[in-house]
Amino acid sequence: MNKIEVRHIYKIFGPHPERWMAAARDGLSKEAMLQQGGHTLGLRDISLSIEAGHIHVIMGLSGSGKSTLIRHFNRLIEPSAGQILVDGVDVMGLKPRELEKFRQRKMSMVFQRFGLMPHRTVLDNVAYGLAVQGVRRAERSERARHWLDQVGLSGFEAQYPHQLSGGMQQRVGLARALATDAEILLMDEAFSALDPLIRHEMQDQLLSLQSQLNKTIVFITHDLDEALRLGNRIAILKDGELIQEGTPEDILLSPANDYIESFLQDVNRGKVLNASHACVERSLTLTMRTQPVRALERLVARGYDYVAVLDGKRLAGVLMRADAKRAVQEGARDISRYLSDMASVPASAGLDEVLAHLLRTPEPVAVTDDQGEFVGVLSRSKVVELVTPSASGDASRQAA
Amino acid sequence: MFPELISARDLQRPIDAFVNGLVTQYSDVLRSLTQPLLDLLIWADDLLRHSPWWAIIAVVMAVAWLGSRRWRFSLAMGGLLALLGAIGLWEASMQTLSLMLVAVAFSVMLGIPVGIAMASVRWIRAVMLPILDVMQTMPSFVYLIPVVMLFNLGKLAALFATVIYAVPPVIRLTDLGIRLVDAEVLEASRAFGASRSRQLFGVQLPLALPNIMAGINQTTMMALAMVVIASMIGVRGLGYEVLQGINRLQVGRGLLAGTGIVILAIIFDRITQQFGHRQHTRGG
Repeated sequence: MNKIEVRHIYKIFGPHPERWMAAARDGLSKEAMLQQGGHTLGLRDISLSIEAGHIHVIMGLSGSGKSTLIRHFNRLIEPSAGQILVDGVDVMGLKPRELEKFRQRKMSMVFQRFGLMPHRTVLDNVAYGLAVQGVRRAERSERARHWLDQVGLSGFEAQYPHQLSGGMQQRVGLARALATDAEILLMDEAFSALDPLIRHEMQDQLLSLQSQLNKTIVFITHDLDEALRLGNRIAILKDGELIQEGTPEDILLSPANDYIESFLQDVNRGKVLNASHACVERSLTLTMRTQPVRALERLVARGYDYVAVLDGKRLAGVLMRADAKRAVQEGARDISRYLSDMASVPASAGLDEVLAHLLRTPEPVAVTDDQGEFVGVLSRSKVVELVTPSASGDASRQAA
Repeated sequence: MFPELISARDLQRPIDAFVNGLVTQYSDVLRSLTQPLLDLLIWADDLLRHSPWWAIIAVVMAVAWLGSRRWRFSLAMGGLLALLGAIGLWEASMQTLSLMLVAVAFSVMLGIPVGIAMASVRWIRAVMLPILDVMQTMPSFVYLIPVVMLFNLGKLAALFATVIYAVPPVIRLTDLGIRLVDAEVLEASRAFGASRSRQLFGVQLPLALPNIMAGINQTTMMALAMVVIASMIGVRGLGYEVLQGINRLQVGRGLLAGTGIVILAIIFDRITQQFGHRQHTRGG
């Protein structure tokens, strides 16, 4: 079931948003609306479904409306039009008291500049959400200590936020958000203010926490590498409009338009795409019991130099054309004794890793899944094409 | 010559009539309503003047120590107060001090809620800003005339004049302090479901405290500046001494009393600053 569902959200900033709703629906551009009426179009017709247990990344450059959108989920910002459902409950229908309860229990939030309270200790900051819920002091200290320990900050309880480094402050922010046990975590550019090394560390920590906690996380970022690294799904916003939504592979392999393509240029694709994207399922595989004559026939018919041989679903090895000829000459009953070992890579291996493998050996490489079952054979040309799409494109154009 | 469009007299007459009507009809009601205030002023005056001098000095030193946690600072404040007594101004100083304390207490009780309201509601801010400008720039004698007509000469009129003159800084700085609170910190408390009052007392006021303390400091300074004017409507104290010095051309008497006011100002200023400063360092 979808944890969060937003339907046709519009947000117009200005003194009289209702007067411009019709124009926004008719597709009046952001610039035109600002010039004609001094109103800023924040979001236009956004619909999103966010699945439970997923990390859903919302990506866009500054001014794209991503921070505005995330604040609609807990109604820190009210939409001009549209519907927001969380666990099937219409958030827009909540009365002020209910909204407070909803924010206390259902969602917690991590902020770009941490949003810690400078006049409270680290422990009191982490316990803040619990204090708001009305949890007794002894219990909330205990739970806050637990979460501080989880993010690796035990021993800093009595410090004040300004005594900690940026990365540590954001860990406090993360612990504060986790301490309330809310099922949904909203992270607004949570790692953007940190330097690259710490950011990477925090991403790892988030992923490892997520594998234990299985929360629904909405993660805002302007950094595509971060989006591809963390997201189960990614939504890309531009000027308040949703341009593309899909899995990281969808976006990398079939960008919806030039804007997204230009985004993708600097991405390290080798880290995002893996061996399974570059393997071809050959129409031809043989089994151990195949007769040498039949094997040779098929190889010649297709013009292949080698063929993968399976034992059940597992990869047994590779039969080279030369070996097949030898088997025929020697009159063997089947091909099992003429196989050579075949190198294999797991399907989840990143393409950068695969590329290194391919450079080391000219031999064919098979792709196997988690259980060691055969998936397919790596295609060299496909690996190159995926890792550097523009370079291979240029090359093929030159060749033509 | 600018052409006379509306005659000044036509403008003045209804105002005069209004005030006169107010005085004749409501003077008694107002006086009975404000009687508790007057009682409070007299009580404070009696308390300070009839307490032994060493007790007053001890209390001031204790407050100074609470603000700064430094013995030397506390001793210096006690020493300054003792100096006032040493130059023969103890009685006058205590009279001034009592009026000031009551005036500052009222200003703070009034100013902080008004400042909070200004920071949270836009139209209140729009209304209050020009009113504050008027309070700070209108010569105090202008509103002293009707106040004296209503309440007679004396402490109560002086209290009104002092509060009107001294309250704007604490209002302005409370408003400013709350609006300067980091928006993200406030947003964080909203995002965790804090109620409006929890946001106010848990986040906005504590973070605005250094500014509010600066406002209280300014308010005390302004209140002290009013003592000479207060003496003109019949309040005894340091201002009265200055006034006597002027009237009788006794330069020495005026100068000593003036010095007394300065010393009192220094004591107040330093102690309130210490409170604000300590809040600041703790909060970072």
